[in-house]
Amino acid sequence: MAIRTRNDRGAVVVEVSGRLDAVTAPEFETTLNASIQQGNLRHVINLDGLEYVSSAGLRGILVIAKLLRSKGGQLRFANVRGTVREVFDISGFGSILTIDESVAAALDGLA
Amino acid sequence: MKDSSHYRSLAVASRVDRLDQVADFVEECAVATAIVPHRLTVLRLVVEEVFVNVCHYAYLDGEGEVSVGCSVDDDAFVLEVSDGGRPFDPLTRTPPDTSLDLLDRGIGGLGIHLVRTLSDSVTYRREDDRNILRMTFRDKPVPPG
Repeated sequence: MAIRTRNDRGAVVVEVSGRLDAVTAPEFETTLNASIQQGNLRHVINLDGLEYVSSAGLRGILVIAKLLRSKGGQLRFANVRGTVREVFDISGFGSILTIDESVAAALDGLA
Repeated sequence: MKDSSHYRSLAVASRVDRLDQVADFVEECAVATAIVPHRLTVLRLVVEEVFVNVCHYAYLDGEGEVSVGCSVDDDAFVLEVSDGGRPFDPLTRTPPDTSLDLLDRGIGGLGIHLVRTLSDSVTYRREDDRNILRMTFRDKPVPPG
């Protein structure tokens, strides 16, 4: 897994690529936690390059989503496709998370 | 493809940091039997869920051994994951309520729910003091999208 963050229009865009699995999920959580602790409350997670997510990855996403919600923050996802989309849908994440077609659309959707 | 002589197995310690080794091994076995690429990702996911589950729950006093076996039976790719830990049938777990709101969601049971949904069959048996979970995968056309 590779994870990169950049600032765009007052939000943090997080690009996650490769595999989000039991080995890499802790790094995902640590990176997002650090960003939230720095006071960033608006995040867009771009899954364009993500090939794979397992229940361990979903657990990491859920932890971050709950943390952001408890702080009144916002979280949107972009480019959820292929097997990743399939796993989101089977697990019900497709309906509990906010998913947009593109990063631009996700940034537009942030209040 | 009716050939059970394709049987290969790998035994590793029940540690999550062995995941890549185990998943790569199963992928290599599947490629040899020509399972289509879409199913390879799904296969990797099932391997992870089952292997990590064993790492977390099979051995109460820490670490043990996990064995992964691959074979072909009646045109299906067969994956068996076994451990010598306490008797435990993961298929008895209640499926998660995937309709609950985000804040009410627990994540427990989601891994085995993915395994059930994404493999063509899953069965558990206890044999020679080992837990054995057997999954089968059949070649399928890649779904649209």
